[in-house]
Amino acid sequence: MGCHLCEVHCLTEHSQSRHVVRAHKRERPRALARVRVEEALPLTLAIQCHQCDEPMCVFACLTGAMQKDPETGIVTSDSERCMGCWTCIMVCPFGALRRDTARGVVAKCDLCAHLVTPACVAHCPNEALTLVDVTP
Amino acid sequence: MTRYLIIGNSSGGVGAAEAIREIDRRGPLTIVSEEPYPAYSRPLIARYLAGETSIERMAYRRPEFYHQNDIGLVLGQRLVRLDLESRHTELDDGRLLPYDRLLLAVGGAPIVPPVEGLHEHEFFTFATLDDARRLAARVHSGQRAVVVGGGLIGLSVTEALVKLGVHVTIVELAPQILGRALDAAAASMVLRAVEEAGVRVLTSRTVVRVLGGASGADVRAVELDDGTALPCDLLIIAIGVRPRTEAMAGTAIAVQRGIIVDRHMATSCPDVYACGDVAEAYDFVAGGNRVTPIWPNAYLGGRIAGRNMAGVDTVYSGGTAMNSLHAFGLSIMSAGTVDPPPGEPAYETLLRDERAKGTYRKIILLGGRVVGMIFAGEVDRAGIVFGLMRNGTPVDAFAERLLADDLGLLSLPAELWQQMVRA
Repeated sequence: MGCHLCEVHCLTEHSQSRHVVRAHKRERPRALARVRVEEALPLTLAIQCHQCDEPMCVFACLTGAMQKDPETGIVTSDSERCMGCWTCIMVCPFGALRRDTARGVVAKCDLCAHLVTPACVAHCPNEALTLVDVTP
Repeated sequence: MTRYLIIGNSSGGVGAAEAIREIDRRGPLTIVSEEPYPAYSRPLIARYLAGETSIERMAYRRPEFYHQNDIGLVLGQRLVRLDLESRHTELDDGRLLPYDRLLLAVGGAPIVPPVEGLHEHEFFTFATLDDARRLAARVHSGQRAVVVGGGLIGLSVTEALVKLGVHVTIVELAPQILGRALDAAAASMVLRAVEEAGVRVLTSRTVVRVLGGASGADVRAVELDDGTALPCDLLIIAIGVRPRTEAMAGTAIAVQRGIIVDRHMATSCPDVYACGDVAEAYDFVAGGNRVTPIWPNAYLGGRIAGRNMAGVDTVYSGGTAMNSLHAFGLSIMSAGTVDPPPGEPAYETLLRDERAKGTYRKIILLGGRVVGMIFAGEVDRAGIVFGLMRNGTPVDAFAERLLADDLGLLSLPAELWQQMVRA
């Protein structure tokens, strides 16, 4: 339905305060949502990292910051090691990664690994977003 | 058990080792490196020179990587001889290492042009951490440097030197900088940023002679082909790399510019594979073998080599020239054919030139498929176009939409994006 609440709650979850108002209004630099809602009305589509089996972003990463966890399958970027070259962005066929220009590192979905349910899924009012385990 | 030997410890070697260990946890695996360090991120050497990172933070894999994966690491040793008959390699110190499967991932060497007086004087190349350390030990604020070569390496060393307060002049033989990565328009955006940072850029010029002081190896100036002398304290040669194929001379391994490999990354000799800057591997834009000395292709090629070495038949889908340039405050991505060959009407160019606003997008089509791209400015979803290019997807019906600000998966036909998100 194009409410963009997934973006709101993704940004909040990846902020310092994890407080929806403070995260959007006060924190500088502002956190970034790692999910993006595309609209071609009446169609809307939430795009986030697909945690690919053969992750081009991991293979192409110039520093080794981007890694796929062999246990969980989650692809994460270590912001301490990311050099902000955006090579991962160039090779992501989903366009699912974003430049965090304020911090000079890439921002991507980490499936909210610290939560039971990712923030975008938990707050989707229409249950359009679901979490599916596709581990082979 | 299969014994694996990998010569080269950069992205190609690591990519192969990781792929092998996904399949075979037990076969003895050795990596040999000429450099004295565990794998490090080569592209970070400019940040190191600029004092923005440390050797520890440049590590390409965590310190426990070799141990955890049961990889024997031999550092500071060069491959000097290959014996394909008895399946041994000989290292610098005379050591013989046997193998059942061998990967040659020895990389490239900086090209040093024949310039009068060059070897009598101190000059720097910029390919390894040791190159950066040697330069870091000599550089100080207020010096004048000449960087020969206005490609990606030349620009990255220039950016670091500028941060250190060095006055840099780039001397580029071609009429434009970044001629291999960008077209003239995108290169002009970079040129402007580089010049605004205080760098002088001389194009269509070359250095013909190096002039020294009264004594020692110190450089005093370089003389250009138009006769002018450029005074300088530091001279950096950054005109590119060539495949390091010396150790293959006299063997049966087929070499053209680089070691020729098939779509399995196998050389012409049984059980010998190659990848990375030393290899001439499949380029999906060229439709044939090419040397494309870039980091991601080395890793991908290494990964495919590793899978095949471990016995899992895997075909290399190919790499192509691609770069994400992030320098002097600009983000520019380019891949494939960025300038259609002149007089070839089969190519079609889609262009959005808003350079005044910092945006430039160019997509080159051949037969209705993307064969080249340049994205400058907003680059966040350029990967969608790169993906279409990599997959050879016919884009005729929607190509114009790829230039729009709202480029996204919904720019693609429904059956295409639906297939992607379901996969």
